[in-house]
Amino acid sequence: MSLWVDKYRPRTLDDLHYHPDLSQRLKSLAATGDFPHMLFYGPSGAGKKTRIACTLRQLFGTGAEKIKIDQRVFMTPSKRKLDVNIVQSNYHIEITPSDVGIYDRVVIQEILKEIAQTQQVDLNAKQRFKVVIINEADSLTRDAQAALRRTMEKYMSNMRLILCANSTSKLIAPIKSRCLLMRVAAPDDEEMLAVLEHVAKKEKFHLPEEAATGIINDAQGNLRKALLVLEALKMQSPDLTSNITIAKPDWETYCSKVADMIVREQSPDKVLEVRAKLYELLAHCIPPTTILKTIAYCVAEKSDEAIRADIMHWAAIYEVRMRIGSKKIFHLEAWVVKVMSLTKHHYHGISLSDDE
Amino acid sequence: MFLKPQQKQSKEAAKHAIDPALQPWVEKYRPKTIDDVSSQEHTVTVLRKALTSTNLPHMLFYGPPGSGKTSTILALSRQLFGPENFRTRVLELNASDERGISIVREKIKNFARQTPRAAENDPNYPCPPYKIIILDEADSMTQDAQGALRRIMETYARITRFCLVCNYVTRIIEPLASRCSKFRFKPLDIESTRSRLNHIATEEKIDVTPEVIDTLIAVSDGDLRRAITYLQSAARLSNAGDLKVAITPREIQETAGVVPTATVRAFAASLGIDSEDPTDEMDVDEDDTAKVRATFRKAQQQRGFDDIKSQVKLIMRKGYSVAQLLYQLHDLVVQDSLITERQKSNIALILGQADKSLTDGGDEELQLLEVALKISQAMKDIS
Ligand SMILES: Nc1ncnc2c1ncn2[C@@H]1O[C@H](COP(=O)(O)OP(=O)(O)OP(=O)(O)O)[C@@H](O)[C@H]1O
Ligand SMILES: [Mg+2]
Repeated sequence: MSLWVDKYRPRTLDDLHYHPDLSQRLKSLAATGDFPHMLFYGPSGAGKKTRIACTLRQLFGTGAEKIKIDQRVFMTPSKRKLDVNIVQSNYHIEITPSDVGIYDRVVIQEILKEIAQTQQVDLNAKQRFKVVIINEADSLTRDAQAALRRTMEKYMSNMRLILCANSTSKLIAPIKSRCLLMRVAAPDDEEMLAVLEHVAKKEKFHLPEEAATGIINDAQGNLRKALLVLEALKMQSPDLTSNITIAKPDWETYCSKVADMIVREQSPDKVLEVRAKLYELLAHCIPPTTILKTIAYCVAEKSDEAIRADIMHWAAIYEVRMRIGSKKIFHLEAWVVKVMSLTKHHYHGISLSDDE
Repeated sequence: MFLKPQQKQSKEAAKHAIDPALQPWVEKYRPKTIDDVSSQEHTVTVLRKALTSTNLPHMLFYGPPGSGKTSTILALSRQLFGPENFRTRVLELNASDERGISIVREKIKNFARQTPRAAENDPNYPCPPYKIIILDEADSMTQDAQGALRRIMETYARITRFCLVCNYVTRIIEPLASRCSKFRFKPLDIESTRSRLNHIATEEKIDVTPEVIDTLIAVSDGDLRRAITYLQSAARLSNAGDLKVAITPREIQETAGVVPTATVRAFAASLGIDSEDPTDEMDVDEDDTAKVRATFRKAQQQRGFDDIKSQVKLIMRKGYSVAQLLYQLHDLVVQDSLITERQKSNIALILGQADKSLTDGGDEELQLLEVALKISQAMKDIS
């Protein structure tokens, strides 16, 4: 049995719930053979992948839904073997750069060249080209992005790219220049409600208003999260009565504890303790930016209005340093020290370290 | 075994048979000759001379995306050698090809040192006695690989010309750059873009108003490739279904990811930039103006951290590009006569810092929040 998120995932552009303009736009683009390269961007859980899948189906028919997973071996320039799982149908192929780490350029180029050299064998295919989907395109290395530039133009007769990203800011200008940009906004609260009610109706249960509001407020526009929570709550308490609580994910609770520690006591000992917790979070593969952001928002919430802006200011500064530098923990910790010093200064008028 | 050649032939045939109607317009309207290249007059004039003489220097083309660099060198090469000799005389390598130092020493060097084969006599093409090596996207070559190119460029200069193409000229090492004639490709000027877009619209038989063209020019920022892509997307949309609807400027803006003005204004207002003068709307006499403005200001000042944070979250939920929003915010601030010079310069500093951070890969939400908090602070400092 599949989860509701999958079970009720719209399969055609017409089935999509919100952003009718965008669906219409995609439909008109898919109607002719001169479909451009595209870049879908928007916050997570807004429905980018669903829209891409619907677009594929519009382009190629149901054949695009017959997916198989292939294990492929690639050779790195230093002659190391690299095993990669590739998701594909007869009409498209999907790549996620983080699966191949720093070798994304090699793997992507190999796949693109292969596709460009093989003509569509299926004579009934509705399009002459195959589509290559690159997920999490904002994590492509600069090298891989640079390599895409001319390839995107040269192989245009047999290949189209669909990039999927949270934001466009990490993609270089020449790539953006070669794509049609498609913004997928997160659904607003009413649109979320409509989807939740749709699922409830299909599953034949009544969704109390209070529960719906709770789920929607918690999800912050992330529809995937909302549907997962709805299903989990329904299992816990089948009638979804008012005294339900939405459990936070473990790592979020953990971050909030770290924030407590920072606010409560500012001392070298506490820094040590916090460091252990940060390591723990990193070891669980929580992205460093997410860790910093979550803790910073928590600390700000628990602090005086007067220093909130400063707390976020330093988070913004250290987050960038974290990107440029190589040891994430250094910068996370530096921020912790900075904030502790700020706090101490604010409440007690003493500073822990020399300010910059 | 027997099947193979045949297969290849049919493949070849299929390739040539690509229906132009199925090509995206950017490719369909790629300049075929250097005279088709818009706007880059200086470059075209110089290159036109190369078509009539047998001389051509090493060249370095640089400039922003979609300004015609790749198109120009490909068109020039075709005009020099014609389709028959193109394959033996021109080597095109780009960032997708392996171009490490070993490839430079082997593949590039081997090609460079071959004496060009005598050309078949085709009076339509000058076919001068040299070969061309195009290194497109040369800015992604390593320093070492570039270094290895130096000698090759000099040694075989008589029979081989290099053309380096790149976006970022500073990534080309000086010794290489100094061996080349440099051609700067400018972002396309307004008139050239207009006439190129009109040309395409006529060819494709689509109706576009001058306002639509103006909007295309404004949002594409000198990048003709983008302007063409937007035009095509809008044309598809207006042609969908049975009835034709006219292309509107607003639609072009949406395609280009421009943030709606109302959204920018509302965001700015929450930071204390009351760009829409509240007194405009209301019928008040002079004395009241100051009072209204003061109360308005006061309302702004009460906005705290949580308010600003929720504004930022709202923008992020809409998925707008933060860089784009900052750009529009900047325009709004500059044109606002109610903001003091001092505040304006503070805001310029804030925006500059954020732009740099975003370029360095900073998180969009944190940067937008930073900008918002800082601007709101700057707007409170009345001096
Ligand atoms: N000066 C120009 N004249 C006519 N068409 C142009 C010009 N510049 C760009 N174009 C159009 O834009 C498309 C892309 O141009 P081109 O590939 O030459 O850009 P580029 O300068 O090489 O960009 P990049 O730096 O991104 O590689 C062309 O196919 C053509 O349709
Ligand atoms: Mg180019």
